Amino acid sequence: MSVHIEKLIRRAPGNPDRILLDQVSVDIPDGSFVALVGPSGAGKTTLLRSIAGLDPHSSGLLTIDGRDFAELTPRERNVGFVFQNYALFQHMTVAKNISFGLDVLPGRERPSKAEIDGRVKELLELIQLPNLGNAYPQRLSGGQRQRVALARALATNPKHLLLDEPFGALDPVVRRTVREWLRSLHDRLGLTTILVTHDQEEALDVADRLVVMQDGRIVQDADAGELEAHPATPFVMEFLGETLTFRGTVSGGLFLPETPHVVPFPVAIDQDGSAVALIRPHEVRLTADAGGAPVRRIGSRYGLSRLAIDLNGRIVEVLGASNEQIFPSGAKLHIDAARLFRDGALLSMKDGRHAAAA
Amino acid sequence: MSALTRWSLVVATWLIVAVVLILPPLLVLSEALRDGLPTALQSLADPDAISAIRLTVEMTVLSVVINTVFGVLAAWLISKYRFPLRGVLVALIEIPISVSPVVAGLVWLLLFGSQGWWGAALDHYNIHIAFAPAGILLATLFVTFPYVTRTILPLMEQQGRDAEDAATLLGASFWQILWRVTLPDARWALLSGILLTTARAMGEFGAVSVVSGHIPGMTETMPLHIETLYNGYQSVAAFSMAALLAIMAMTTVGFRAFFENRARRAALAGDAGS
Repeated sequence: MSVHIEKLIRRAPGNPDRILLDQVSVDIPDGSFVALVGPSGAGKTTLLRSIAGLDPHSSGLLTIDGRDFAELTPRERNVGFVFQNYALFQHMTVAKNISFGLDVLPGRERPSKAEIDGRVKELLELIQLPNLGNAYPQRLSGGQRQRVALARALATNPKHLLLDEPFGALDPVVRRTVREWLRSLHDRLGLTTILVTHDQEEALDVADRLVVMQDGRIVQDADAGELEAHPATPFVMEFLGETLTFRGTVSGGLFLPETPHVVPFPVAIDQDGSAVALIRPHEVRLTADAGGAPVRRIGSRYGLSRLAIDLNGRIVEVLGASNEQIFPSGAKLHIDAARLFRDGALLSMKDGRHAAAA
Repeated sequence: MSALTRWSLVVATWLIVAVVLILPPLLVLSEALRDGLPTALQSLADPDAISAIRLTVEMTVLSVVINTVFGVLAAWLISKYRFPLRGVLVALIEIPISVSPVVAGLVWLLLFGSQGWWGAALDHYNIHIAFAPAGILLATLFVTFPYVTRTILPLMEQQGRDAEDAATLLGASFWQILWRVTLPDARWALLSGILLTTARAMGEFGAVSVVSGHIPGMTETMPLHIETLYNGYQSVAAFSMAALLAIMAMTTVGFRAFFENRARRAALAGDAGS
């Protein structure tokens, strides 16, 4: 079972000029764990709701296993959905919440009461809350509610699991555990999982593939390594982590930075002209240089020194193993690991590689 | 606030409640029992009295059922969907609370009375609305329309649509969602609205008085019959009927208070963890 989305367009209800999803095309093969990421308002949740069939799309094609989604009833789609606020049924016990998808099946398809009870017991054990079947949702903590919502979504054995910001309301420590547990669940049950999150670290941790969205469009759809090495646009690079930006020019096979104390480096690019170099703070190398930029240690992270470098008034912060004592008279910056962009797109190298030098 | 001020306020409040709220029903009861309980009961066994009681019960049951169904649908529509002129609809639902029931009665007469716009045409097909139970039902429906909607609307708006969306994705049909998700969650508010409608429907006088034509034994409900009896100087019979009506209404209100209390306790218990 795979999900295939082609040129999906969704307009805002009551305002057709506002486009919420703009020509979105995605393929989600069997067994993959895909994260839809992007800033708020990018259209992630809108896309997820469209995939679930909760919101209609204006045009485009959405198929599941080659069958048009629009022709399937929610039951036939058999998609498990976990809402951001969990949306548990407050007047039902945890057990009743979990069995809801089975209880509403028409008589001949519905399992016997004993089978349903067995399934609920099994799911309660799966979510590690075996004794809370008779509790009401108000009694549960955020993490417990989230797991109940997950069990409810899994009761009918869906092949696809859709999660809308599932970790948003949890505290950081619980978040990490639930994230790992969710990933192992995905692998164990052979699910196809689509997760919406605005937290890029979370997405990088748990998903096989990230679909980066911005203003209702998909900017890039790739795995973590590819996104890091070859980000399609400066936005992707900036969204995925801390970024330093250096303007400059490509000329005669060299990138010439405008910023002082930044060393030019060779690039395999033919078309000369202006370009922007983007680099992660830990990828910048420093060498001692008499009369170079002053370096000051301002803190540390992950055991590395956080160094503030004064480039004629512009302060940039980089991460390095060294400290400022090594550069008493100043330093030069080497940014040859940078990705180069022109007109908002990644510049490709002559030999077929992208501009990212490792 | 000093203890003295507080106690004076408490005493004053109880005095007002006693004079305005407790005294009238007690007086009605004592007037009804002036010649003893058997006389009072006998007056209620009069054929016209029995007819009035039956008509009141019938009208009340019908109005409550119809207004519950439409009230739930209206509240559902208003709280779960956005559509043009939604705000106007919300305001319109409150018209019966603000407009005098007599005006409503007159409108029904204007439409369906023999001198009214459609009266002659309806007469032709032998359909009688004015001076007939159908008219009384219309008048009662109009007056009691807002109560179910107004009591469950705030709750349904607060519920939002996520739980219903979740139910849809789990394969529930429209009716399964209404019966298993939306209404159970709003059950105490709904019950309260139904009981309020009941109390209001039993006691309605103005609109019904205009549209019914006051025909004893045929189109007189309990409130109308009380007026007829009283105007005919049958004071024990009038007060007996009044006492019965008051007891019926107060029982309804008592149930409502009981259920509201239970709902509050259920909510508290849920939060506290029992």
